[in-house]
Amino acid sequence: MAKITLDNLAHSYNPNPASEADFALKELNHVWADGEAYALLGSSGCGKSTLLNIISGLLMPSQGRILFDDVDVTQASTADRNIAQVFQFPVVYDTMTVRDNLAFPLKNRGASASYIAQRVQQIGAMIGMEAELDMRARGLTADAKQKISLGRGMVREDVNALLFDEPLTVIDPHMKWELRTQLKSLHHEFGHTMIYVTHDQTEALTFADKVVVMYDGRVVQIGTPEELFEKPQHTFVGYFIGSPGMNVIPAKVEQNIATVHGASVPLAQSYDGLNGKVELGVRPEFVSLTEGEGLPVKVRRVEDVGRHKIVRAELFGNDINIVEAEGTSISPDMNRVTFDPQKVNVYVNDWLKEGEAA
Amino acid sequence: MNKTLNQKAWFLVLPVLVLVAFSAVIPLMTVVNYSVQDTFGNNQYFWAGLEWFGELLEDDRIWGALWRQLMFSAIILCIQVPLGVFVALNMPKKGFWASFCLVVMSLPLLVPWNVVGTIWQIFGRVDIGLLGYTLSSLGIDYNYTSDPVAAWITIIVMDVWHWTSLVALLAYAGLQSIPDAYYQAAKIDQASRWNIFRYIELPKMMGVLMIAILLRFMDSFMIYTEPFVVTGGGPGNSTTLLSIDLVKLALGQFDLGPAAAFSIMYYLVILTISYVFYTVMTNMDKKEG
Repeated sequence: MAKITLDNLAHSYNPNPASEADFALKELNHVWADGEAYALLGSSGCGKSTLLNIISGLLMPSQGRILFDDVDVTQASTADRNIAQVFQFPVVYDTMTVRDNLAFPLKNRGASASYIAQRVQQIGAMIGMEAELDMRARGLTADAKQKISLGRGMVREDVNALLFDEPLTVIDPHMKWELRTQLKSLHHEFGHTMIYVTHDQTEALTFADKVVVMYDGRVVQIGTPEELFEKPQHTFVGYFIGSPGMNVIPAKVEQNIATVHGASVPLAQSYDGLNGKVELGVRPEFVSLTEGEGLPVKVRRVEDVGRHKIVRAELFGNDINIVEAEGTSISPDMNRVTFDPQKVNVYVNDWLKEGEAA
Repeated sequence: MNKTLNQKAWFLVLPVLVLVAFSAVIPLMTVVNYSVQDTFGNNQYFWAGLEWFGELLEDDRIWGALWRQLMFSAIILCIQVPLGVFVALNMPKKGFWASFCLVVMSLPLLVPWNVVGTIWQIFGRVDIGLLGYTLSSLGIDYNYTSDPVAAWITIIVMDVWHWTSLVALLAYAGLQSIPDAYYQAAKIDQASRWNIFRYIELPKMMGVLMIAILLRFMDSFMIYTEPFVVTGGGPGNSTTLLSIDLVKLALGQFDLGPAAAFSIMYYLVILTISYVFYTVMTNMDKKEG
């Protein structure tokens, strides 16, 4: 187990990167605390897997250093880093039995036979495959194979970190939940540093203590699920986390009043001299549909999703989503919206701007 | 609901039946017909029954050719399969050099068989051939026209040159289909190079390798042109393989009856051995599974 420090790290798949756009992973400084469970969240192609492969040593970064507990391991091989990694698609040794598959990483590191036997039995129980231990891995289902992959990742107790690269993609939904719970309890039990890559926000938010959101090769926010929800640092985070995502509305902001197409919106904080692209970010949960006051909207559709209602509407030509409680009745003359001033964030060029108390 | 019975659908398979009849059944039956008769020309035939078969089975000449043939196939399989796999493992995975290797490797496969024979026939000649001349200048006693060992080495090296590429290309295709994640996982599991080969590459290659072995066995068992051009079956009978012997019998001696009986037995042997190969290998596959 180790603290992992990324120092000025960046990577480009192009050997001679000309501009920042050539970097799959833009310059990054971050410390992954020892024993924490992180989720690395972002849409496909945002650099998540690149970052993971750099940490595990499968990829050499174009620049920067990686330190495990303050020891520079940038040049160290995967084996020397003592990392376990589980991949998106099941990787099993087809010709081996399940037992041999699980024992393989231990055998290669020269563990004693009695320890291997005991540990494999334990992991077999953990992934729920005790009965299949002596079967060949080849004939098993994708689910079972991925469980073997997970098991092989967890079999070594002394790893510096456990990395998961969207490991539950091929697993059935009910099994996903079970395995995720198991990973979580494993984390509580052994306290490994875990980094879990996913593009599924539910997975990220339920698994991790801290969620790292990546966008276009950059880490845009690191925070607890609450922080990501309440104060998205970047419009992408607001849009990506939450269902539906945060509403982003172009506006002009003067002191504690925002102007949207001539209509004014009160803000809880005061802002001075904002330059660039100014937008308001407000979660659908903090928008209310009203009859008399607020900004005019055209309601297009109401979706009842059970726990609440999602109102899809149009505000000055832009889409806006509103979440209303399940019991609310929505009448045709409700054609205006108001925002909860405390929950309206102001973004300048996509990044959150903190104002001063008004 | 009653199903309408319409036997006219049988006409739909007629084209295939006609095609197969002319391409396979009729020629094969002609051979069967020859094999049970004796003829002296003039379209006069005398019933011989299974006499030719019996006679051939007691003939040392046929057994000698069969033995040489089995030796030949066994040797080239033992060389070409490991060598092909070795080459495939060491070929670049992508980029310019991968394409370059693929093209170079395919070249021998594109050379017509009698040209391959001619190339090696000249290459090995002691008076003007690069190989033969070099060897004899080095004081090595090499002459494929008089020394059976030299003749064997020549036709085996020639076959290896001609066909190892096929095995290598098939094995290469098998290797290319292995996702990167397998190699990455192996690195993380700290697998040795041998273990990577044994537990990842070999199992993933098994399917194409089986095809390669089957193809190379059948091809080598039927080989005719190249050794015929180089050695003509000699010196003596030392490189007279089955097909060379068959042609001698059919066209040299014009013994149509025995030659036809020979053909049928030859065909059955190939069929049987291929079947055995196939069964053994698919069973191996199942047992692994």
